[in-house]
Amino acid sequence: MKNIYLFLVFAFLVLFSCREEMEVFKQEEETVAGSEDIGISGFYLLNEGNMGSNKSTLDYYDYGTGDYNRNIFGSANPSVPKELGDVGNDIKIYGEKLYAVINCSNKVEVMDKYTAKRIGQINIPNCRYIRFEGRYAYVTSYAGPVELNPEYKQLGYVAKVDTATLEVVDRCMTGFQPDELEIYGGRIYVANSGGYMFPNYESTVSVIDIATFTEIDRIEVARNLHHLRIDRHGMLWVTSRGDYYTQPSRLYYIDTGTNRLIDSLNIAVSNFHLDGDSLYIYSVEWSYVTMSNTVTYGIVDVNKKEIITHNFITDGTDAKIKIPYGIIVNPVTKDIYVTDAKNYVSPGTLYCFGSDGKQKWNVRTGDIPAHFVFLYETSDK
Amino acid sequence: MNSRKAFTACALIILAISVAAQNSLDSLLPLKEVTVVGERYREVIPSQRLSGERLEALNSFSVADAIRYFSGVQIKDYGGIGGLKTVDIRSMGTNHMGVFYDGIELGNAQNGQVDLGKFSLDNIEEISLYNGQKSEIFQSAKDFGSSGSVYLRTRRPKFYENKKFNVRSFIRGGSFDLINPSVLWEQKICNNVASSVNIEFLDASGKYKFRYRRVLSDGSTAWDTTAVRENGDLRAIRVEGGLNGYIEGGKWDAKAYFYDSDRGIPGAIVNNVWKHYERQSDRNFFTQGSFQKKLSDSYDFLANVKYANDRMHYINPDSTLMYINNTFLQQELYVSVANKYSLTGNWDISLSSDYQYNILDASLRDFIYPKRHTFLLSSATAFEYWRIKAQGSVLGTFVFEDVKKIERYSDDELLPGVQRGTPDDKREITPAVFVSYKPFHCKDFNLRAFYKHIFRMPTFNDLYYPEIGYIHLEPEYTIQYNLGFMYDKEIKYGRKFSRFLVKVDAYYNEVDNKIVAVPGKSGGLYRWMMINFGYVEIRGIDVNVRTTFNPFPDGVFNFNLSYTYQRAQDFTYSDEEISYGGQLPYIPWHNGSVILNGIYRWWDINYSFLYSGERYHYSANIPINYERPWYTHDMSVGKKFCFGKFNCKVTAEINNLLDQQYDVVLNYPMPGRNYKIILKTEI
Repeated sequence: MKNIYLFLVFAFLVLFSCREEMEVFKQEEETVAGSEDIGISGFYLLNEGNMGSNKSTLDYYDYGTGDYNRNIFGSANPSVPKELGDVGNDIKIYGEKLYAVINCSNKVEVMDKYTAKRIGQINIPNCRYIRFEGRYAYVTSYAGPVELNPEYKQLGYVAKVDTATLEVVDRCMTGFQPDELEIYGGRIYVANSGGYMFPNYESTVSVIDIATFTEIDRIEVARNLHHLRIDRHGMLWVTSRGDYYTQPSRLYYIDTGTNRLIDSLNIAVSNFHLDGDSLYIYSVEWSYVTMSNTVTYGIVDVNKKEIITHNFITDGTDAKIKIPYGIIVNPVTKDIYVTDAKNYVSPGTLYCFGSDGKQKWNVRTGDIPAHFVFLYETSDK
Repeated sequence: MNSRKAFTACALIILAISVAAQNSLDSLLPLKEVTVVGERYREVIPSQRLSGERLEALNSFSVADAIRYFSGVQIKDYGGIGGLKTVDIRSMGTNHMGVFYDGIELGNAQNGQVDLGKFSLDNIEEISLYNGQKSEIFQSAKDFGSSGSVYLRTRRPKFYENKKFNVRSFIRGGSFDLINPSVLWEQKICNNVASSVNIEFLDASGKYKFRYRRVLSDGSTAWDTTAVRENGDLRAIRVEGGLNGYIEGGKWDAKAYFYDSDRGIPGAIVNNVWKHYERQSDRNFFTQGSFQKKLSDSYDFLANVKYANDRMHYINPDSTLMYINNTFLQQELYVSVANKYSLTGNWDISLSSDYQYNILDASLRDFIYPKRHTFLLSSATAFEYWRIKAQGSVLGTFVFEDVKKIERYSDDELLPGVQRGTPDDKREITPAVFVSYKPFHCKDFNLRAFYKHIFRMPTFNDLYYPEIGYIHLEPEYTIQYNLGFMYDKEIKYGRKFSRFLVKVDAYYNEVDNKIVAVPGKSGGLYRWMMINFGYVEIRGIDVNVRTTFNPFPDGVFNFNLSYTYQRAQDFTYSDEEISYGGQLPYIPWHNGSVILNGIYRWWDINYSFLYSGERYHYSANIPINYERPWYTHDMSVGKKFCFGKFNCKVTAEINNLLDQQYDVVLNYPMPGRNYKIILKTEI
């Protein structure tokens, strides 16, 4: 019995002792490559993180040192409660500022583009993508006013944000659940998805006149649109997610001169990056036959409007990539960066491929690595 | 602050009443109910059990709170009174746990989870937890069908002397703006038949303060934020009625249960989002009956029947998010017959057969209304020879499923991802063996071991949920090996006694064909697919120490310690992945509990401590996924007194005494220090 009492005393001492405090998560640094002097300082990679996990994190690759820095937001902003936020959806640099659209935190985080130090935030519920023109930022949002009659419907909108004050100054209604937007020739093109309306997906691109900030046209394309990119010939490239059933994902192009759909290429696209005339694409499609995802890669020549290759990864690394989730191409070196989101609940991997399609290096990222932006040495792009 | 003041005021008033009423205490025998219950005779491996005053003395609000004190159990608690609480036994997953209410399993064919937070301890007399299965052979086939089981036994009326009725009421109140009255009326109808009715009402705002804080490496505050947990309100009513009877060589009972609730779903606290708006309402009804009789010296018969009707309504009215408004209705019909035949005095055999029918209706477009027929057939044998007790059982499970063809839409109008056809029929034969051996004749020391192979069926959500479900899922299997011992020593000297009990078990479990969600369908959008893909290995040790003694004639002291070590490794993804071999999400390596309980005359005092060691919230065990240990200290003081004809007891509780701020689940803050006062009145 005596032993039990001794044990109890000991147990009490242990039990009432203080619990360690939780430290702000420190950034982690890894050297992955040699130094490169290419006029680009580096790039930011925004990791989405799982919904509800509040684990959207910001990574930075430094060309000057070849260092990959994981999770820099916490170190740059140790006093910001609850860190960067929940589900990052887009990242861009404009002027001297870095803008990260954090979807489930209902905000755009605005940071200094060199230090990632917080400047402020723009509150926009269910915000999706961001672009800039003049002194304004334009942000798409799913959360327009609700119409209850006859059934629940909710248009999306584009918010016009003054980049000096970080205030929303105006809103322009679009279609349902607008995703990416692109600005060209005084107009904003918005890909409407209708993602909340399935099976009645949206199928249009909204055209907004910037001067009057009103919607002036709708271009019928295909169901469930997602990404948009304007090429140097004035052609707007649009991806559709498809309805996952009868209409597969596809790549469309619109003439911005006439604002009419020209044609499409029979290729599924989950995400893409345009570099010069080369549109780097990949797609992920589930197969019930193999019970796994089928991944395809390719490059489209936007001038010739044809697929010039079905694979830009040439050394077999593509077999290792489970779910490609983000893509960007270095405009100087033509190195290709592809992220793998894996099973969404593991840290992802960033792969760097040379223009020959051979892997140069890879590095562990945050959860669901997705969105890139280059930081140029000279101000602005 | 208000709740604390109210609490103090209540405590003072009740203390005053109890002091004033002390004169008539002679009729109370506080020790009477504390008799130590011996372990059940037939069980090869006894359960972990909480009952009577030991159960009542715990500062537990629901069955889920009480189960935390068992070893080998992990609870996922989303916080607060209305927050979801699910139980996982030996890390095999929530869906592998069977929960039995008065001998009949509570089902949820839709998602396989029974929210134990919904079960009040109000009329629960005993909670038992079994690893493997209840090692008894005279039971329905379903009792053989889970990897682990929890049995909840409600109070069966007992009438002392010439009493015709018992009335018992509770009123609980305290933090979270909780008001929780209940009344139980037991009536003797004739000598062998009694009825009982129990009504409980609960209302709580569920509000509590929580705090998140981070420091810099030098220990100074980086950020520190305090907020109030919103949308955790709960309003519920439970009505339960039953008839119990004894017949020659047997007994029967019939009961009906009704529960209706409306609650907020508090949601994850993330940057810039401090409140959620989702709501859930549940209406659960079941009625069940049981009949058991010894038909001859060697033949026993048991029959069970049940019908359940559960409606769940979920709505997300948040106008910034996707609008969701769904209703699910599931129904279950269950019949079971069990037979036991004694071949000799120490050799029994049993044969049981069950049939269960489940249907699910949902207000989802193109929902395919699954129907499931389950036939279970079990055969078991038990014998005792020399110092060996052994049992073997074989369970056959036959599942046939059918889905309704959707006629409202033509093929090209059907929703994407609508699955055609029906799943394959499932036929599974799974065995279990339990052995115990008593090496010393005069010492109560037992070695025990078991092996069990069982599976869980994919749930209706796994199979059919639009977009996510996969109709061709296979069952998810578990294999369990357990080896352990139990030592029980009781000493009596005069009016003093002491008892010391220790149980230690080591185990190895595998979960194979584990149903996991993987990213699927089309990229760009967030989509999950359910597939049979996972593989998990779990190695663990459970330790249980219990001692009871009376240091002086009018006092009893109970001590209970449980400890679990677990290495639960996820081998799902290939060995190139950082998650390979990582500890499963939210499974601590070390966890345990301590309960100290003292009773002296009409006073009792209870202290309990729960510890959950460091964990990771994902299988990739890297610093960013790290979760700190958490531990809570709960205390309560109770006093019995008489007030006229009423026997009363008042209890004051302080939970999370040190006001520790912790999350069980990432971004779901748990309540800090909170209070409750309970007044129990009996006649």
